Amino acid sequence: MDLELMANSFPKLLNAAVITLKLLSASLVIGLFVGLFFAILRLNKNIFLNKFAYGYSYVFRGTPLLVQIFIIYFGLGQIEYLRSTFLWVILKEPYWCAIIAFALNTGAYTSEILRSAFQTIKPGIVEAGRSLGISNKIIFYKIQIPIAIRQSLPAYGNEIILMMKGTSLASTVTIMDLTGVAKYIISTTFKPIEVFIVAGGIYLFMTFIIHNVIKFLEKKYSFN
Amino acid sequence: MELLAFGKTGWGDELFIATLMTIAVSITAMLIGFLFALIFTPLKLSKNKLFNLIGNSYTTVVRGVPELLVIYLLFFGGSGAVMFVASIFGYTEYIEINAFITGSFAIGIISGAYSTEVFRGAIQSIDKGQFEAAKVMGLSKFAQFYKIILPQTLRLAIPNLSNVWQITLKDTSLISVTGLVEIMRQSYIAAGSTRDPLFFYSFAAVLYLMLTFLSMKIINKLEAKYSRGY
Repeated sequence: MDLELMANSFPKLLNAAVITLKLLSASLVIGLFVGLFFAILRLNKNIFLNKFAYGYSYVFRGTPLLVQIFIIYFGLGQIEYLRSTFLWVILKEPYWCAIIAFALNTGAYTSEILRSAFQTIKPGIVEAGRSLGISNKIIFYKIQIPIAIRQSLPAYGNEIILMMKGTSLASTVTIMDLTGVAKYIISTTFKPIEVFIVAGGIYLFMTFIIHNVIKFLEKKYSFN
Repeated sequence: MELLAFGKTGWGDELFIATLMTIAVSITAMLIGFLFALIFTPLKLSKNKLFNLIGNSYTTVVRGVPELLVIYLLFFGGSGAVMFVASIFGYTEYIEINAFITGSFAIGIISGAYSTEVFRGAIQSIDKGQFEAAKVMGLSKFAQFYKIILPQTLRLAIPNLSNVWQITLKDTSLISVTGLVEIMRQSYIAAGSTRDPLFFYSFAAVLYLMLTFLSMKIINKLEAKYSRGY
């Protein structure tokens, strides 16, 4: 056990963890909007919109995240037309490509979580709102969304942790996140166990924090 | 379309073999995962605190750490560990482990952690009377678990195991980083030599979708079979 290497690599890995957290928070924020958008489409009575949203979530949940990142990073650059538009400023950066892939991926899972949360809201609650003369729009924003958020907290907490692990794939498109730096140190020192313990420890610590924050929120917003 | 032709002119046959490789790795990994689950589920349910700690650390660590990191650990550390064990028995030559074994083992460890959780949940939801009845029958502890509890657990576990299978299938794409030629690696090679990444990665996505779709169909049949009489 090379304790010196562990001590030396700790600050480097900690710096890289900041990038992991940045990737995670950016993709979660965008993904939440994507998820909400598609969840609303899923609840729509229009069959075309409904099928479209279902197809989106089916494709993104049925293929590996790695394929999605590669299509966006390596694939989209091939389209000549895209290269001439302003989108190219974003798409040539691996950092933004990774965030787009993560956001679309987590958006698909989030849309499923939110959809089932909306569907479990008791119709009586919406009817109560209506009988008080509240408009449909306000019922949706002030009653249905807050209840759906509370319902989906446990499942969404899992999704955050899965997404945090998913950000490690950013290292495959040259981003030096926690896993990227860990791999770099392993391949230069050939001490996989030591680096795994330090990097894995940092990941576990982040998982632990996220888990407890979600638990706290669940308690805070519980119905009783 | 000619890019997908079979034979020397296209990538059809290569991608077909790569798809078979993905299926082979997924099945092997899933089975290795079951072995891990068979060991760790009893540990997690045990009343012994030490056993409990071992079982819980396995599932917590593996489920809290990215898959890619576990793969790198085994990829770079695997042959070292095997050589260390071999040196105890007096074998000091260099041993290189094949990418298929490393890959299936890495994914197996991950899938095992999820399977362990599924089995634990299923066992805990079995009626207490079943445990008592098994005890009253005078069966050994081993027979109680493997003959009475496990078969009932399977029925309850299949829906959740199908999720684990989907996760395992998608995780195999990650072992392309070790050089094993499965769908992802083959698409990478094809994309590199034809300079058409958009087509090949999209085609890889289609292959994965087909695999997940087919496995859903098969699992639904299995589910119907195991819930006969309920």
